This record gives sequence, C-alpha cells and structure tokens, in this order.
Amino acid sequence: MLPDHEFLIKLAQTDDGDLSEKEKDRLAFLGRERLDRPLVMVNSSTSGLVAGARETWEAIENYARERSLEIELRETGSIGLISEEPVISVQIPGRTRVFFRKVTAEKVAVLLDDLFHDVISDPLVIGQIRHEQQESWSDLPYLDQIPFFSKQLRIVMGSCGIIDPFSLEEYMARGGYRAFLRVIRYHTFREVCEIVNESGLRGRSGGGFPTGEKWKVALDTPSDQKYLICNAEESDPGAFMDRTLMEGDPYRLLEGISIAAYAIGSNRAYIYIRSEYNDSVRRINHAIQQLRKVGLLGDNILDSGYNLQISLRKGPGAFVCGEETALIASLEGRRGMPSSKPPYPAVTGYLNRPTVVNNVETLCNLPGIIRDGPGWFRELGPEDCPGTKIFSISGRVRITGVVEVPMGTNLNTIVNGISGGVKKGRKLKAVHVGGPAGCMIPRKLLDIPVSYEDLKKEGFVMGSGGIVVMDDKSCVVDMVRFFTDYSDKQSCGKCIPCREGTRRMAEILEGITRKPPDEEKDTSLERFRGVMQLENLAAVMKDTSLCGLGQNAANPLLSSLKYFRQEYEEHIFDRRCPSNTCGELRSWFIDSDLCTGCSICARRCPADAIIGTPRHPYFIVQEKCTGCGICYDVCKFTAVYYK
Amino acid sequence: MACIDEILGRFPQIKRNALIPLLQAVQDEFGYISEESIEKIGAHLSLPTSKVYGLATFYNQFTFSPRGVYHITICNGSSCHLEGSGELVKEIGKLLEIGDGETTRDGLFSLEVQSCIGACGAAPVMAVNGTYYAGITVREVREIIKNYREDASRS
Repeated sequence: MLPDHEFLIKLAQTDDGDLSEKEKDRLAFLGRERLDRPLVMVNSSTSGLVAGARETWEAIENYARERSLEIELRETGSIGLISEEPVISVQIPGRTRVFFRKVTAEKVAVLLDDLFHDVISDPLVIGQIRHEQQESWSDLPYLDQIPFFSKQLRIVMGSCGIIDPFSLEEYMARGGYRAFLRVIRYHTFREVCEIVNESGLRGRSGGGFPTGEKWKVALDTPSDQKYLICNAEESDPGAFMDRTLMEGDPYRLLEGISIAAYAIGSNRAYIYIRSEYNDSVRRINHAIQQLRKVGLLGDNILDSGYNLQISLRKGPGAFVCGEETALIASLEGRRGMPSSKPPYPAVTGYLNRPTVVNNVETLCNLPGIIRDGPGWFRELGPEDCPGTKIFSISGRVRITGVVEVPMGTNLNTIVNGISGGVKKGRKLKAVHVGGPAGCMIPRKLLDIPVSYEDLKKEGFVMGSGGIVVMDDKSCVVDMVRFFTDYSDKQSCGKCIPCREGTRRMAEILEGITRKPPDEEKDTSLERFRGVMQLENLAAVMKDTSLCGLGQNAANPLLSSLKYFRQEYEEHIFDRRCPSNTCGELRSWFIDSDLCTGCSICARRCPADAIIGTPRHPYFIVQEKCTGCGICYDVCKFTAVYYK
Repeated sequence: MACIDEILGRFPQIKRNALIPLLQAVQDEFGYISEESIEKIGAHLSLPTSKVYGLATFYNQFTFSPRGVYHITICNGSSCHLEGSGELVKEIGKLLEIGDGETTRDGLFSLEVQSCIGACGAAPVMAVNGTYYAGITVREVREIIKNYREDASRS
C-alpha cells in the first residue's frame, strides 16, 4: 500500500477531527485542489471520443512536448455537456479550474498559449469552478452562474467531469469512502437498512420501489449466501445517465455497491454491465483492482471482519435484461426471460439465494445519504420522493446532455431552462420521457413536476430518465413506431400478449407510415381495421403481459394517441406526414432548373411515375408515385427534392 | 489467435453460468461464433448444442458470420433516429445488401445497429472500425463507403 493510501484511509476513518497544516496540504494536493504544475483534463468518455477527444489529447501532449512544458494531462468523465464536446478543463496552480468547450485538436495550441499568458479565449470558454482558496479569473462566469448548471443540483454527478476516474486518491481526498468505512465500523446491517429507509430513497430505474424496503426483505431471508447485483444494463435508446456516472465517477458506484452489499449482509456483488460500454468497463475494472490493492475490497476489509468481492459481468445485450428476474436468468447462463413475481428476487433470486438488484444511479446515491444523513437527503426533493434525478436530454434541443435536478422539477425547467429549448426558429412539439416504456408529453403539459407520483396522476410514467425533445420538424407517429419497433425486437417471446402484441402494434404503425405499392387490394381496409384495434390491443397488453416491457410497450402509443390524434389522422386519412419524416409518405418533385433530362430516374422508377422526354426536364406524376425515393437516390444532379 | 480449446481451458468449471462469458470470449477472440465453437462449448459444459445455439441467438451481442474487414456500427438511439439514422441503415442495406448483424459476401463490410452509444449531440453517429463519423447524411455515407472500398482495392 502506498503511503498516500494509508494516510487517506486513516483520515477517512477518523471523524472530521482537526488536521494539522501539513495534513491539510497533503489532502489538498491529493484532491487536486492545490497543484505544483498546470493540470489539463480531457473528457475521454464516449461522447468526447466521438467528437475527437483522442486527437485533442494528442495535440495537448505534442504541445507540451514541443515547448518542454511540465503539465499534468489526465482523463476525466463528462461534465454533462454532450453537445459541446470535446470538453477540456485547465487548472493553473493557485487559480480556479476553467472549462472549455469544442476544443478540437487544431484549437489546442492557441487556447493554451493564451491561457499561459493569462488570457482566456472567449468563444471557447464555458466557465470556472468556484473555489475559496483559489484565485479566480476576472470577468469569467462561474459554472453555477450559467443556465445549464445554475438550475441543476449536482450531487450524485457532482464529481463527474471534474475528477480523474482512475484516481482513488482523488476520490478519497474529496470525502470518498468515508461513508463505507463508517458503515462497516459503526453500523449493523439492519441499521444501514434503517438509515436508507428513513431517507426515503426510491429505486431510480423506473419502478420507484423503496430501496430500504427491498433490502430488508433480503436481510430477513435466512440464507448461506446473498447477492447484490448492480444493474448497469442501460439499453434504453437515448439514455446514457448510468454510463456518464460510471465513466465519470466509478469509485462512487463501487462505494455504493459496498454499502448496499453490507446492508443486506452479502459478500458477493456483481455489476451487470452492457457489453458495449467498453469505457465504463475499463474504468470499473481499474477501480476494482485499486480497491483490492489498498484493502477496501476483499477479505476482512480493514480488519472489520467483513468480506466483499465485486465482479463485473458483461450483459450480452438484451433490453429485457433490465428487468431484474431476466437479468438474474442471464447471469445464471440462461436466456434473459423474466419470471413472474412473487417470489421476489429478494427472497429467491440468483442461484435461488436472496438477491437485491439495484440500479447504478440508486447505488450512487448511497455514499451521500450515509455521509450527510437521511435528513439532509429528505430535504432535497418532495416528501414522497426525495433526492435528485438524473436525466439525459437529447433530440432537438440546443444543448444535449446529462443533467441532475431535484425530483419534482418540472419539464419546462429541464427542457427550456437547462437545455436552452429547441433550436432557433423551431417550435417545441412534444417531450418523450422514458424511452420505449415512456410517454409522449405535449407542450401544454410541460409544467408538471417530474416525480413518480405526479407523472402517474397524469397517466404518464417516469421510465428510466431518457428525455427526447421533439420539435415541429419531427414526427410523433414515426417516433412511436421507432419505440414500438424496438420493443418488438427486444421482446423475449415468453408471454403471448407482449410477443404478439408488440409485433402487431409495430405492423399497424408500419402500415400507417408507409405507402403500399397498390391500394387496390385489402391493404387500406387492413390499415383501417388495425388502427381501430390499436387502443384495444394496447389495453390488453398492459393488463396481461408478464413484465414491464410488455406492460409498458404501449405507453408511447397510448399517450401520443391521446394528445396527437390529429397527427395520426393525417397519416391515416390524408396519407401524408406533416413533418415530412416518414420517407414513404413524402411527395417528390423534380426541380426543372436542375434536371438535365438524363432519364435515369424515369428508367429506374418502379411505379412508372416519372414522365418526360430526354434532354428536357422530367416530371413526377403524384398519383402514381409510391414515395420510394429511388429517383432521389439515382439523380446525379440533385434535381429531385421532397416537401 | 487463440484456438477454441485454449479459450475453453480458461473456464475449467463446468457450470451453466460460465456459458455466457464463454460465448463472449469466443466472440471477442474471433469476432463471431462458428458452428464448431458452439459444438465444442456444448460438449465442454455438457449442454445440448441446441441450447447453446438457442441462447446465443437470443442475445444481440453474438453474431454468426465473421465480421467484415470494415465493421460499420450505426447508433439507433432515439436521438439518432430523430436525425435520420434509419435512413442510413436503409442506405447501407441498399449499397451493400446487408442488414443488422450481416456481412457482405466479399467479407469487406459488416453492419451492426447499436441501441445507443451516447453521443446524442452528434447525431446521427456512425463508426467504421472505431473511427467515428458524426452528424452524417445519406450522401456522406455513400462517400465513406466508396472511400473504404477504394482503400481495400488499393491494398
């Protein structure tokens, strides 16, 4: 064990006693509050890499090498500003940390040159972090003064994008592992359950079941072995909160897992993680190794007599494995199919032993609850559902990203306040909350608070927390078709209402958004009949499906039918898509100025809908056109367009 | 490249819950799961081949044909869908005549549609062998594929 770790563990075990000046100094260095050379941090999480963070990293390395500068270059996670990547932050000794956005490789040299001469490149700067002991940059906003951050309450995500996810020292120097060490020294299993119960923490994966209650059931079930499973199978399209947490602050998750495992008296924990999350796997594996090395994981942790092993298991990819019984089946080496509850996994789960499955975000809440007490946590949100909730916002908004707000914050604040609303000149149409199991919320209802109860009152569900914003150029029916299609593909096939229901629903929606090659057969009749049965079908699925996937698969459809019926009718009766998204319902035209009359489109048109004479502009007969778009694809002169 | 037996040797315990990690190891090593490996895994774990194949086809991660020289991944998260990733998949289907999880006959390209890679700010996102292309259009996809084809014919 390194002397630093020894020092930090000793510190974490003592209650905030008086520190000598020397110890304070050491702590400040370990927590990167004080530096001996400039620190540059690059967000190397997936969102950063897509935007070119690797090139930025190399450019910074080269910059330092060419000028023989002593700098510390470190990886970090995402601060949540996904659309502003690559984000980097620079801290010069004695001064506050400054964040920059969209720092692509070619901008590195100018930015760092300026910065080392005390000048901040204006267009790239985001802001600085407030810190009492550091000299701040003048005329530079603090992060908490920027709309994106000022309306957030970042507790669980507090360190994401700020600390080095590969550094246990930094996590501990900022108060990490204090909670876990306190728990194993001073509390019994039951006391920990009580504390969490008192805090009112509810599972963040969508169901909202009280975490403490679940633990108590597992604790009270006698067994030779109990298991804790962290559900990191985040396969909901458009949700990336858990990934951000795992990439930004893996030690917090591991501390949360340790606390939860202790609370149910388990010494075996698994992290079931989506196989595509390579960057998260890399960070968590590194973190587990570090913890083992310093003795915070393994047998007889710091002589407390408590043993804990955490291992990582990659989920082979199935949306349904987000459901706990399916997840357990998958861990056991079977197909990920849910089974009926009861018996609940907390009674008989993995290998028929009591098993608690908790979501990443839920677990990340635990260190805070233990450290600052359940009373502190209760004050963070509404009475029945305290704490904060992390949302990932994507779609047609100015800033896509990951945000953390107190439970009960309304959607208006999240979408318009934090994310800056829809892009200029567009109008917000709807907000989809919760992925394939979620709901389409129209603009007029945006002021409802987002919490399990408030959403339920309006007939919506919370889902996982993925928010997709749609503007007037996006098509509601197409989005619903996309989610239904996803549910259909991911249905495990065990129960009939879900297996058949999602398929039929997807077929009907497909029919609405597509033009059949000829309307003469029964296709239009089938379409109308299908449409009439949609609501009925959805109700049956809701009532009779085995697990959440089937029960909620119709949510996007039912909620959108309620508020956007007109858009469906336009698709069904007028056979047109008002936002021109549904490809086959588009009307195609030929720009007579651009058309050279090469006749290739006419020759390739499967419906013989294009007429004309060679070397003169061609023309599309709308009545015959099936909207396949082949003419658009083959035209070499970009003369074909749609409206 | 390690052979199947070497991978099997890494899992000495004959337990059902080793099945998925085993398949994953094979998939990682070879890029796909061959008929031979399914049979060997079944024999190793004393499971019928049908069970192993049944399980492998249930999950999205496993593919049964070798990956192409250029492995294309397209994100199909809701944000990418909103920005037209479906069109990209269709375009690739038209250009290369392959669907999700398939490989072209010449073994040059393979396609995988992922559920969300979490870069929604750059939608729609496509990656070829780990090189990301952000915010691309159908026309750009054609260019990209053409460039890779030219690269392949040159080497």
